[in-house]
Amino acid sequence: MDLLARFAAGDLDAFESLFRQYQQEVFRWIMRIVRNTATAEDLTVEAFWRAHRAHARFDAAKGNFAGWLRRIATNVAIDHLRRSRTEVALPEDLPAIAPLPLEDQMEMRSQIHSAIGKLSPNVRSAVLLALVEEEPYEEIASALGISVNAVKVRVFRGVRILRKELSRLGAHV
Amino acid sequence: MNDREIAETRKLLQRALATQRRAELRRDLWPAMLQRLDQQPVRVPWWDWALLAGAIALFCVFPGTIPALLYHL
Repeated sequence: MDLLARFAAGDLDAFESLFRQYQQEVFRWIMRIVRNTATAEDLTVEAFWRAHRAHARFDAAKGNFAGWLRRIATNVAIDHLRRSRTEVALPEDLPAIAPLPLEDQMEMRSQIHSAIGKLSPNVRSAVLLALVEEEPYEEIASALGISVNAVKVRVFRGVRILRKELSRLGAHV
Repeated sequence: MNDREIAETRKLLQRALATQRRAELRRDLWPAMLQRLDQQPVRVPWWDWALLAGAIALFCVFPGTIPALLYHL
């Protein structure tokens, strides 16, 4: 019996092999949505736990374990955003904004983080994955379990809200 | 809204938020996973709850069944 079939049958050794094989990938995907290392680590474990619980529902014949797991990881990340909607700080995102003085950079970041905090978890995840991480729309659609057009609508809506919010905060957009 | 505005917003977001494409795990998460698996609570199947609810409903509608049940236990 191959690894996926053994996992689907509830074999813990198979689960451990898959965990070790995919933990980095799941962690990176969740990081793209929640953008905090400690949280992403916890959510990676949560995603695998949900996968382990749902092992009997995994269709080993189809064999798309990575896609199935990514969808679970996306749901876990979005559930987290729903639970922590009031949290706005995204402390690990600190690339240099070269042409601006440090104070203005900090203000701009603060405004952007505040504007992102206004987005619903579904819209926020689509915006971050599409515009910041530049993931292909097809991959985002598959991970969110929606159509490519629905992803485009979410990104479009997110951009509109962000621009409106940034204008309200006095940022030049 | 047009493509130019989306491109501008993309640029603005990318200037303020770093990509996480190369984020690295700081540690192996398998020990944490094992701990999580050990914490898994004992789950009562839904049909057990349904049976309990049915029994409670039966006792409410026909309280006379309670002594009969106790006699047979």
